[in-house]
Amino acid sequence: MPVNWNTPGDVRSSLEGAGYLADDRIAQVVFLAAKLDKPILAEGPAGVGKTALALALAEATNRRLVRLQCYEGLDEAKALYEWDYHKQLLRLQSDEGAQWDDLEGDIFSEPFLLERPLLTAIRSEEPVVLLIDEADRVEVETEALLLEILDAFQVTIPELGTITAVTQPIVVLTSNNTRELSEALKRRCLYLHIPYPTIERERAILRARVPDLPEQFAEKIARTVASIRQIPMRKAPSVSETIDWARTLLALGADDLSDEITASTLNVLLKYQTDIERTAKELSLDIDGGAESE
Amino acid sequence: MISTLAEFVDELRAVGIPVSMVEAIDAAEAIEYTDLGERENLRATLGATLVKNPRHYPAFDRAFDVYFGLEPIGDVTSSSHGTLQPADGSGAGAGGSDGLLDSLVEVLMGGSGDQLRRLVANAVDRYAGMQPGRPVGGRYYAYRVLRRIDTEELMARLIAALIGDGPVDGLDARIEHERAEELVQQVRDQLEQEITGRLIADRSRKQVASNRRLPLVEDVDLMHATRTEIEDVERAIRPLARKLATRLGQRRRHGAKGRLDVRRTIRRSLGHGGVLLEPQFKRPRKSKPEIVILCDVSGSMATFARFTMQLTYAISAELAKVRVFAFIDGLDEVTDYFSTNIDFGQGLITMSRDADIVRRDGHSDYGRSFTEMWDRYSDAVTSRSTVIITGDARNNYRDAGLEAFERIVNRSKATFWLNPEPRRFWDTGDSVMSTYSESCDSVDQVRTLRQLEAFVERATLPVMRRRRLVS
Repeated sequence: MPVNWNTPGDVRSSLEGAGYLADDRIAQVVFLAAKLDKPILAEGPAGVGKTALALALAEATNRRLVRLQCYEGLDEAKALYEWDYHKQLLRLQSDEGAQWDDLEGDIFSEPFLLERPLLTAIRSEEPVVLLIDEADRVEVETEALLLEILDAFQVTIPELGTITAVTQPIVVLTSNNTRELSEALKRRCLYLHIPYPTIERERAILRARVPDLPEQFAEKIARTVASIRQIPMRKAPSVSETIDWARTLLALGADDLSDEITASTLNVLLKYQTDIERTAKELSLDIDGGAESE
Repeated sequence: MISTLAEFVDELRAVGIPVSMVEAIDAAEAIEYTDLGERENLRATLGATLVKNPRHYPAFDRAFDVYFGLEPIGDVTSSSHGTLQPADGSGAGAGGSDGLLDSLVEVLMGGSGDQLRRLVANAVDRYAGMQPGRPVGGRYYAYRVLRRIDTEELMARLIAALIGDGPVDGLDARIEHERAEELVQQVRDQLEQEITGRLIADRSRKQVASNRRLPLVEDVDLMHATRTEIEDVERAIRPLARKLATRLGQRRRHGAKGRLDVRRTIRRSLGHGGVLLEPQFKRPRKSKPEIVILCDVSGSMATFARFTMQLTYAISAELAKVRVFAFIDGLDEVTDYFSTNIDFGQGLITMSRDADIVRRDGHSDYGRSFTEMWDRYSDAVTSRSTVIITGDARNNYRDAGLEAFERIVNRSKATFWLNPEPRRFWDTGDSVMSTYSESCDSVDQVRTLRQLEAFVERATLPVMRRRRLVS
């Protein structure tokens, strides 16, 4: 079931069908990834829709999503495969009189193999979308494990030999840039930097996700958030926080951003007290008058 | 196309962006799947295949505009009467008298991009005074045109047009101000594009590209950085600080093995038919690093000190035990000014106001500062502490205070010194770098982010603290 995209425009509209608004750059890079069979490395601040892109790709292409969530300490046994040693032990015990030769071939075979996400993606009969989420979290040593897979979509299991992918998965790696990924890994990927959306795109996202929001109001919210992101702070508002904010404003019955309502709802958008204070100061808002205790 | 691509890749490498052979080939292959009718598609394709670090995109965009930018409307010679115009319009309201400002406001408020292009090209014709073969850079021509347009006046007119009768302060006004800034930036970009295009026609792409090269953030000289450069650098610091924090925590407690790992022991035993031959142990936990930072904040170090403080601020967000001391000719603890729930800029202000770091004349006195450190804060340094000192070691011919310094070094687990001065100036004049450097675990020149990154990569803690005798 190959992907039948002929132009980046096709990518764009099929992603839109899955509820993801891609800009021209994203559409172009996804298109290239599909044509060149290369993984996409999506990097950018938290909450701009890197993971959402992979989810939308799975939906748009009607493929199963296989997700590997990375974390510090992730190892081969959790990422690739593991022998089910409990089951192996039971097998040995239940058959005490048996010849070793019979047993050996037996306990290192399919039924005793535990598939982890990477192996699942490679052995899948149907093509999948493989999401390797927050790849910057793993240690450098584990990163090396990914290289063989990204290169040729194959893995080597000593007892079973080399397993090569039957179908070509679409691979998306995401990174929050907490540490720089190795050159070797980057070289194998198409790099997609996803920054905060432009005002136009964020407005479109708002309109799609909060349908009750009037056009004018969405524009105003998008502009205000873009303006707030210019202020240096610990955690700039992400797209999902913009959406939360818009919903809050609607729920409060607002139809325009007055200084008062902005001041009293800043805590929806910003998560650190210092950031709220800083922003209020920059926008000359009075948060003491309007601050609500929760 | 391939030869232009090769030249473009060369240019990226010249800026300092690492582009491997494989990536260049990927780019060539990817171009076949790119609709070249739209320039931005090509930008996306080349960006995704050649540039893998967000910090490098500004430099990439600059080079891209030179190699694949729009053709200019005019050429170098179409500005032949440019020398006449300035004399003609040098009276009052220079920009306004020829209606350029009015047309700009009109086009920016509701015209098309194409109209803007033509208008800007027209302004270049009239005011840039471009001459074929003249060995000046594009910035000079752009400056001449911008001076005539009068960007401040343009900004004021745009704001007036955008806000109308609306409020002059508050949220709305702020947003309109930003929109006006965006529009003025559009004019600047368009102007650069037009001038660059004309220069390319006059010279070679290669030459124009190297004139217009934008240095990478990691190569910005921190001692002489501009405001915007500093901001870029500060944005790039956080991942580095995190890396440094993990590196310093990485060395495991030696000698001690962790507890028995039952799962892995049984797993391993399967190789021997279930006999527990090789006990497996859990990895010992990583030690929690303690960091002590001593920062020279005297006048000669001002820009650099800001950078160090930013680094410190970022590190303290990662690690619990960080103590910071600032000194000039006296030393004071400033840790609390930069704790995580305080805004960085505010911390700087509080520090310069409240920190007690000037004893006499406000010129660096390392000896006195180290002595004060030892006398007042010796409890801050323990055998688990890593001490990082930032300063140029210019001691104004005062006593080096070596005894106190060596006591600090000896008690610490490791001591690193970062000196922003170029290595060749060390030990010249009043610099006493080598007096201190013998005791340190390493002394590095750190003047750019790239050098800081190299230090972070190398910074490993010694396995065993060498005891030194205090002389």
